[in-house]
Amino acid sequence: MTEHTFGFRTRALHAGGIPDSATGARAVPIYQTTSFVFQDTDDAASLFALQKYGNVYSRIGNPTVAALEERMASLEGGIGAVATASGMSAEFITFAALVGAGDHVVASAQLYGGTVTQLDVTLRRFGVRTTFVPGTDPADYAAAITPETKVLYTEVVANPSGEIADLEGLAEVAHAAGIPLVVDATLATPYLVRPIEHGADIVIHSVTKFLGGHGTTLGGVVVESGRFDWGNGKFPQMTEPVPAYGNVRWWANFGEYGFLTKLRSEQLRDIGPALSAQSAFQLLQGIETLPQRLDAQLANARAVAEWLDADPRVSYVLWAGLPSHPHHERAQKYLPLGPGAVFAFGLQVPAGDGGTAVGDDGRVGVGPPDHVPVLDGREAGRLFIESLQLASHLANVGDSRTLVIHPASTTHQQLTIEQLEAAGVPEDLVRISVGLEDVEDILWDLDQALTTATGMNR
Amino acid sequence: MSETWQGPGAQDRLRILRSTRSIAIVGASPNPARASYFVATYLLSSSPYDVYFVNPRATEILGHPVYPSLSELPVVPDLVDVFRRHEDLPGVLAETLAVGARTLWLQLGSWHEDVARDAEAAGLNVVMDRCIKIEHARFYGGLHLAGFDTGVISSRRADR
Repeated sequence: MTEHTFGFRTRALHAGGIPDSATGARAVPIYQTTSFVFQDTDDAASLFALQKYGNVYSRIGNPTVAALEERMASLEGGIGAVATASGMSAEFITFAALVGAGDHVVASAQLYGGTVTQLDVTLRRFGVRTTFVPGTDPADYAAAITPETKVLYTEVVANPSGEIADLEGLAEVAHAAGIPLVVDATLATPYLVRPIEHGADIVIHSVTKFLGGHGTTLGGVVVESGRFDWGNGKFPQMTEPVPAYGNVRWWANFGEYGFLTKLRSEQLRDIGPALSAQSAFQLLQGIETLPQRLDAQLANARAVAEWLDADPRVSYVLWAGLPSHPHHERAQKYLPLGPGAVFAFGLQVPAGDGGTAVGDDGRVGVGPPDHVPVLDGREAGRLFIESLQLASHLANVGDSRTLVIHPASTTHQQLTIEQLEAAGVPEDLVRISVGLEDVEDILWDLDQALTTATGMNR
Repeated sequence: MSETWQGPGAQDRLRILRSTRSIAIVGASPNPARASYFVATYLLSSSPYDVYFVNPRATEILGHPVYPSLSELPVVPDLVDVFRRHEDLPGVLAETLAVGARTLWLQLGSWHEDVARDAEAAGLNVVMDRCIKIEHARFYGGLHLAGFDTGVISSRRADR
């Protein structure tokens, strides 16, 4: 008998959310409790020895959180998932499971600033070295791999360059070295690309962004494919006995379920960034409408990108949905619905009369270009951001509302000049996360702010 | 191993688990690090099944008696869960047919196309290369609670 395969929209609503057996509650109940009573001492002993599945303590697992975990695993096509308090902690528990002092990570140089500092500062202080590789050529990543390398790490859609990772090429490089390809797919979500289908072994999300989708709640998740050979000799932590759990071996005893069982039973237990039940409920509410929201946000993003691209006051638009973007073809391959609703653009700094950066009153008035003092990119970016009325200036992406930020002074400000260069963040660059508003209103807002910032009408 | 044999889908595996009352673990080990021991602790603590152990070289596992062969069990088990080497599998099938069990279940990593075809021709349900602990946990909530994808989409209340 052939089995029916349920579609993405159906699974976004139903996966992990079977009605509760006791009450029949249709929505996923919020299990707001730290702990769960044992049936008896045998029950407790079996649970602690991982001999049976069940609830013990909400730092390790919680039924509301489990619904989110299964839903994300289903949408990504992974074997399972572990949810965390934020995207950053999802990354940290993954690195904590895979590397230790003396180990090495090969990562894209075009990562979110917090990920760069987690690797380059915190983990480096713990004795883990990271080589950051510019660009997306798999050969450059292969060249950076050493015998100590345990992880190849990238984002699917780089921010703010809009470059698209060559997932299949990177998977080949990683697997030739016996290491997993770990992919942050936050800006894409599983609706746009499922990296496991292209060879990735572990997918990480900040669920805070498009998945939750409403800018209300922090969360993260780690999804694993269940396909990586953790018994290949490079990961003794997966194959050696674990005294705390009666000398089980994660790989020998749990097989394809071993990595996530370890991640939950060791890293979530020891490090502690559990997702709360309340947060899991709110994020699940968001995921239910992910496909519908993203369809609308992509349509708005396309309209905004094309409008900006045609505007003389804008020097460049870094959205791979535009034919002019160097990764347009790759974006069509990996993200056929569109490369997300977050992208960056640059302000055309007007050619001026050689005067000072800003007028005496600290402001720049509207007027023909040759009457506007020369602005540097940073100042033009500031003026643009401060002139917006609808788009919100804040440090997030993936809200239902349109958001803007000036990375050089916010998300990427902790990077050195060299890292800024490698990350492709010029000073005049503005990042936009296109929301669900009427697109005419988003364009009106951008238009009036561009006029103020550049002194030019469209 | 060439895989031309098609195993039962999710709904059929659930039907097998629902119609099963007793399970014999053939090749059961008293070693806590072995997969069969993990399956046994799970089935004893988390399932409604009567569990019997078969191993000629063991006498007691988890406080339960161990029988030298399927034919020496005090009951006819509904399901025979096999943890034996590949070359031993035809012999286990012969014993399974001799006692009259209804389902032959070969553990994760165990795959024998000839045995599967012969067993099906004799009217048995056959499952191969799957863990009965994982499959039970898939349909009865354990796998879900541990954050794994069960593949189950349903608007009906979960089985308890």
